[in-house]
Amino acid sequence: MNKPLSPHLSIYKFKLSLLMSIAHRITGGALYMSMFIFMVFLVSLTMGEKYYALYSLIAGSWLGRLVIIGITWAIFHHMFGGLRHFIWDLGRGFEVKTVDQLAAISLFGGIILTILYWLIFYIT
Amino acid sequence: MVELALPKNSKITEGKQWPKPENEENLREFRVYRWNPEDEKNPSIDTYFIDTEDCGPMVLDALMKIKSDIDTSLTFRRSCREGVCGSCAMNIDGVNRLACTTAIEDVRGSVNIYPLPHQKVIKDLVPDLKNFFAQHKSVEPWLHTKKEDPKEEWLQSKEDREQLDGFYECIMCACCSTSCPSYWWNSDKYLGPAALLQAYRWIIDSRDDERDERLDKLEDPFKLYRCHTIMNCAKACPKGLNPAKAIASIKKMLVERRVSK
Repeated sequence: MNKPLSPHLSIYKFKLSLLMSIAHRITGGALYMSMFIFMVFLVSLTMGEKYYALYSLIAGSWLGRLVIIGITWAIFHHMFGGLRHFIWDLGRGFEVKTVDQLAAISLFGGIILTILYWLIFYIT
Repeated sequence: MVELALPKNSKITEGKQWPKPENEENLREFRVYRWNPEDEKNPSIDTYFIDTEDCGPMVLDALMKIKSDIDTSLTFRRSCREGVCGSCAMNIDGVNRLACTTAIEDVRGSVNIYPLPHQKVIKDLVPDLKNFFAQHKSVEPWLHTKKEDPKEEWLQSKEDREQLDGFYECIMCACCSTSCPSYWWNSDKYLGPAALLQAYRWIIDSRDDERDERLDKLEDPFKLYRCHTIMNCAKACPKGLNPAKAIASIKKMLVERRVSK
């Protein structure tokens, strides 16, 4: 008898804690990929003025800025996620209420630090 | 393995709309997952209407009313109807819980009822929990002693007994394990929150003499470490237990053991 599989992702209620767990993985993966952009930056430096100017042109475009701002968000978000896991690894912060608070902190903390970082960058 | 979409034979279709009762004042809509092994159709969602004035307060009451008054073919497990036996665990309004302790009133809109997620379905709301119970058995959830047996029972102090609070109350309803995405993708190798909570309950029992052997068995990238602290388990547990915390405690014991060696 070919038994069907009961539905899972399509019916389960997405809680913030679950979304933050997924976001932690995605930002981790994105940061790994972003090392490639950092490498391109370093290579353009070693190749001289012309290439560095080209890199600056691309990185300075609105799309380039969006990607770089995205990377800084990923760094801050992943940092908060990492701290969350650090607390859990100490055996603390497992109460359902605390879990929700920690999830909210990594969501808003990451966004707020990104905004602050770029505000300071553009002001100074 | 991660498979986001359902297999072909599991895709859900729209099922039958059952007639509404005459008094439409306190009507609630119940959308229930149906699958019958005897006809060769895909699973479907049947819609039933219940007059809540004429029905008990819990989701289980509604299911029993459907079965006795509307559609006798509806199949589900139930027994104690008071949150003790764990038989009527199912996915209600997107969260795993016991139908007998979930009030209809607490669900907004139509009441969506599915079997426990990512399980093989035997019929309607009855999932095949063979693997789940085999995993429970694999942690050997009984006392292992090396000392000579006492004349009567194995005793423990009140304080030692209190250590088990929050762990021994598990009713093996499978709400936690089947709420866990890690378990969905790896239930063949990952033991899942319920079995690990029970493993921990025996690891910390003061009367048990095989703590090290129990820990050895769990030190495995899949059995234990597929837990990524997603926390769906603790949020689903109808008894308010915290499998995630028990799993973290096992991980911590393994690290401490390695450091102190």
